[in-house]
Amino acid sequence: MPREITYREALREGLDEELAYDDNVCIIGEEVAEYNGAYKVTEGLWKKWGDKRLIDAPISEAGFIGMGIGASMLGIRPVMELMFYSFAYVAFDQMMNNAATCRYMSGGLTNCPIVVRGPANGGTNVGATHSHTPENIFANMPGLKVVSPSDAHDVKGLIKSSIRDNDPVYFMESTVLYGMTGEVPSNDELEDGELIIPLGKAKVKKEGTDISLIAHGRAVVTSLQAAEILAEKYDINAEVLDLRSIRPLDEAAIMESVRKTHRAIYVEENKPFCGVGAQISSMIMEQAFDDLDAPVLRITSADAPAFYSPPIEKLQLPNPEEIVERALTIC
Amino acid sequence: MAAKTKSKPTAEYADAPINASLTDEDKIELLRKMVRIRRFEQTSLKHYQGDKIGGFLHLYIGQESVAVGSISLLGDNDHVITAYRDHGHALSVGMNMDECMAELFGKATGCSKGKGGSMHYFAPDKNYWGGHGIVGGQTPLGAGLAFALKYKGLKGCCLCYLGDGAINQGAFHEALNLASLWDLPVIYIIENNGYSMGTSQARSSAYPEGGLAQRAEGYNMAWDKLEGVSIYEIRAGVQKAVERAHEESKPTILEIMTYRHKGHSVADANAEKYRTKEEIQRYMQEHDPIEFWKTTLIDEGVITEDDYKAINKEAGAEANSAAEFAEKSPFPDESEIFDDIYWEVDNNTEAGRTGRHFFHK
Ligand SMILES: Cc1ncc(C[n+]2csc(CCOP(=O)(O)OP(=O)(O)O)c2C)c(N)n1
Ligand SMILES: [Mg+2]
Repeated sequence: MPREITYREALREGLDEELAYDDNVCIIGEEVAEYNGAYKVTEGLWKKWGDKRLIDAPISEAGFIGMGIGASMLGIRPVMELMFYSFAYVAFDQMMNNAATCRYMSGGLTNCPIVVRGPANGGTNVGATHSHTPENIFANMPGLKVVSPSDAHDVKGLIKSSIRDNDPVYFMESTVLYGMTGEVPSNDELEDGELIIPLGKAKVKKEGTDISLIAHGRAVVTSLQAAEILAEKYDINAEVLDLRSIRPLDEAAIMESVRKTHRAIYVEENKPFCGVGAQISSMIMEQAFDDLDAPVLRITSADAPAFYSPPIEKLQLPNPEEIVERALTIC
Repeated sequence: MAAKTKSKPTAEYADAPINASLTDEDKIELLRKMVRIRRFEQTSLKHYQGDKIGGFLHLYIGQESVAVGSISLLGDNDHVITAYRDHGHALSVGMNMDECMAELFGKATGCSKGKGGSMHYFAPDKNYWGGHGIVGGQTPLGAGLAFALKYKGLKGCCLCYLGDGAINQGAFHEALNLASLWDLPVIYIIENNGYSMGTSQARSSAYPEGGLAQRAEGYNMAWDKLEGVSIYEIRAGVQKAVERAHEESKPTILEIMTYRHKGHSVADANAEKYRTKEEIQRYMQEHDPIEFWKTTLIDEGVITEDDYKAINKEAGAEANSAAEFAEKSPFPDESEIFDDIYWEVDNNTEAGRTGRHFFHK
């Protein structure tokens, strides 16, 4: 029977394996060590690896992320945890200016092999300050890589390649996904002895012929639910493509899917204005215009700050019914 | 900031072991370094005015002793990072005038291949990590370099320079807390030239009687205030901090009093409005670190006036030759635009070849 573990456990396994793989890997963040992680992602790792490798940071994101960036220039591979990705905004200068541009401004003499990871999602009734989805913002900056895994399998393989990557990788998770289980092979079941997923490779989560639902992060799960309804109720065979990494981007997989189905919707929990879907739909329009039988649609979070009230916030996020409804307008 | 009367080297600093051990050659070399920085910058100013150099040019003239004196103390595992007024630090760590001048000219032969400009010089092979344009932005990086040294078990330190204006940035305070909390061997050197652009220290900072560095006490950190005109005083003071970093892995804040002779940048139209002409004159005449060191060495019988003239002439020729080199060098090729963004792409690794990294056109 295939092994099933949670997204959280898979992520922890990936971190644990990389701590073993390279002495220069350390985990720094608020409550990551003695408290076992605000979301228990790092549970048990401090006990196993000790004070040098698991470091509890004060509430000082600009300070400790900037410090991690400096340390990475000298060959340390810090994995920084943001309790919420929303808090990246207080470290914005460090993450945008220092991590992203030092390589360029030094003519290639430096690089920053840092990972900044944490949950970047709405939908948990914590209000606007704790519900930001900055993947589009960081993906806008050349020099940065942005990864957004949607399931347990991918989060393990992607965190491992992100830590081994020699460029800054901003790794955006979801608190809603942490408890979700998925099949993750144990290492002895794998030919290479470990699960590594390259950045820049999308994954077809469900094959289909009639419409492409392209998504990243938790919107992939929502899209899969929509695809089921489309199949059962409307006999529409939707393909679901998970980008997994936003930058680098698997453009070929997007175009291949669109050329097959001739219809596409980009689904994301990002905001609409200059969102990831805006970029993807523009690329589809430029490169696969003749293959399209309908305009590319985008389904995003509502263009408003996150609403606290639970029943209303739910309405702000993409849901399967909305995807079905919009899909029917172009199928 | 009140100018003291004409400074004299005190025996206290000259006799400090770190200075007593200097040979005549070492002392001349310190002079040569300062003079080279000055001639480099005077030459760059000429070419800025001749439209050969774009953007900003923040001159270090008047502050040379700070970089030269402090960096002269460093060994193999000691690192340096600074702000945008970075030419002096770059030459002090051993970068050459050609690559530095060519960078100003925006040429392919520049130290950053023309991609960084005046504010962003780097030389990791010389433990020099920039050149940073965001005021205070380099201060957490300095803590990070120190963190890396400690993590690797190396006995070293990081000198992280910043201006008197930069001390009010939040990132600096966060870095101070981390440095002290985690015993990081970083030395923050506040180069207090009295002004942040056109704003005097009195108009920008609230600080205790002991000065800006005394804020360190709030972080349970050691601090000191030094008179920057004297290489002896800088070396004696910074050496104590270096020892604290090396032996105890503890951070320090040093405030070094100095003065910039020129405007904030060459584009500073108000350079003589927010400071009186008399103030500028007084510092130039009485607190010029090069004049001061030259006089010290003549008094000590280490050099003669003629030796100084020869050093000055040699440095001037080197700077002119660097400008010729820069002038003759080609501009970067347009194809360079997409190099040096991702390490994996530049190194043509599998990761660099997987997925689309760039989205223009
Ligand atoms: C975050 C930020 N704010 C403003 C500026 C514009 N600026 C550049 S230098 C400077 C003055 C800084 O003064 P100080 O720290 O004393 O250094 P000095 O120029 O005297 O060496 C200002 C306001 C900047 N580069 N970065
Ligand atoms: Mg200043």
